Amino acid sequence: MTHAVAIPTPVSIPVRQILPYAVFAGIISLIVLYFVGAEQGALAVFEGTTVHEFVHDARHLLGFPCH
Amino acid sequence: MPLTETESTPAATAATLTVRSLLVWGLLAGLVGGLLAFGFAYAFGEPAVERAISIEETGTGHAHAGEQPAEHSHGEAEEEEVVSRAFQSTGGLGIGAVAYGLGLGELFSLAFAFAYGRVGSLSPRATALAVAGLGYLAVVLVPFLTYPANPPAVGNPDTIGQRTALFFGMIVISLALLVTAIAAARALAPKLGGWWSTVAAGLGYAVLVTVVAKLLPGFQEVPDGFPGDLIWQFRVASLGTSAVLWTGIGLTFAALLHRGLTKGRTV
Ligand SMILES: [Zn+2]
Repeated sequence: MTHAVAIPTPVSIPVRQILPYAVFAGIISLIVLYFVGAEQGALAVFEGTTVHEFVHDARHLLGFPCH
Repeated sequence: MPLTETESTPAATAATLTVRSLLVWGLLAGLVGGLLAFGFAYAFGEPAVERAISIEETGTGHAHAGEQPAEHSHGEAEEEEVVSRAFQSTGGLGIGAVAYGLGLGELFSLAFAFAYGRVGSLSPRATALAVAGLGYLAVVLVPFLTYPANPPAVGNPDTIGQRTALFFGMIVISLALLVTAIAAARALAPKLGGWWSTVAAGLGYAVLVTVVAKLLPGFQEVPDGFPGDLIWQFRVASLGTSAVLWTGIGLTFAALLHRGLTKGRTV
């Protein structure tokens, strides 16, 4: 402990301001999670098994049903 | 605006955050969390995965792409090795873990954007850790306890669609119940006080997810003779991988947040 740093009081971010980011970044992020977690398993956007095989071990160890 | 680090008036320390900086920190936190999760999964998870695949190759269980296409009781055409096991357990695991970390980091930062300044008297850093802890509980632990992770060689291919839908469904239900519980705790706080409203909401969440988990169909697809200690080893490694990921995201994000806020400017 050296000196006290002033911890700022949290000011909530208006929901209106979050929503556009939430929709945009949220959808992209969910697509990424889908590709690691489920693509070419129960569902498939692309044909074949390359994506599945590529992320196979991560999918298992992150707890997703794999095959 | 000459706001310096020594500025200490309430106006200067009332920190306003932009969603954009939160998303950048989320991405960085996801990168760190993903790399740490990769390290953990490689050290503690891969031995179990390799053991499960060698059991699968020598007999029971169904065919699994990426294995030696030699001796299948599968009846289908020989599977080509699209991605080698050596790559799956190293580069593939790393890329999968980091990609997942980046996506999760972004979603985490969005959840934090909603939580920041809305959860009672928690400091910004404590808010970040609370989001990570509750996220791990609702998105990882509860779905895991309902539908535990399985190593290769476990799982009937005929039910993959059903199992995937139910697993994702459980994540959605658990998360929805968590958000409901938080809203309920906030609504009850004026009447019951912070402590009892939180206890009531927590118990409500626990009871409801338990009922849901009990009502949803279960799957017992571990092949006869499959070693129980291997299932255990794999599942502990799986929970640990996610714990490392979420802890890495929470702590890294908290550090970046704190650094940003204590610069004493709008970030
Ligand atoms: Zn698999």
